[in-house]
Amino acid sequence: MKMTKTLNGGNMTIALEGRLDTMTAPELETELSKSLGGAESLTLDFSNLEYISSAGLRVLLAAHKNMVKKGGMKVLHVNEVVQEVFEVTGFADILTIE
Amino acid sequence: MKELTLQAQIENIPRVTAFIDEQLEALDCPMKPQMQMDVAIDEMFCNISRYAYAPDVGEATVRFEFDESTRMASVTFIDSGVPFNPLSRQDPDVTAPSHEREVGGLGIFLVRKTMDQMEYRYENGKNILTIRKKI
Repeated sequence: MKMTKTLNGGNMTIALEGRLDTMTAPELETELSKSLGGAESLTLDFSNLEYISSAGLRVLLAAHKNMVKKGGMKVLHVNEVVQEVFEVTGFADILTIE
Repeated sequence: MKELTLQAQIENIPRVTAFIDEQLEALDCPMKPQMQMDVAIDEMFCNISRYAYAPDVGEATVRFEFDESTRMASVTFIDSGVPFNPLSRQDPDVTAPSHEREVGGLGIFLVRKTMDQMEYRYENGKNILTIRKKI
């Protein structure tokens, strides 16, 4: 998985490319724990994300809980497979998906 | 039928995914069911890797089968670890507010919802779990 990070004002955008699964979720977790301290809000760009498994959901939930106290977290451009995972697991009701 | 036997370790998930993707691509499987299958592999092989032989490591076999007439693709996971029936797990609460959410059990639930069939049996000391998806 490839991650591209952009800080714009107080908003941190992380664009993910590839698969967010058991092997790669820890990479995102590490990146978030390093970068989120200085960010007011978080945007996750999933334009090039192929799929997400429950290991990825775990990291998203932790990030969401962290950012809800600040400026919030948004997930952008999810594909059909990712959207289905969010809906089946009820994450669609928790996350802000645009 | 094609089989791959390897150490049940999370580092080997990409090998299992590549093996199944190769079979599905040869059958002109559309992208969506292939991705759903890949997610299911991540969940199931991760479970076997973490729990079947813990704290030791053991082998798992992944078998791919395809029924031409129904276009049903099957992936069977076989391990000789502790008996574990993933279908006996209680469904997680997917409506709880975020501060009460737990991710435990979500993976198996997700696989049950996205695959067309899921079967488990324990036979001759082996966990045999089959997931099926029409492609």
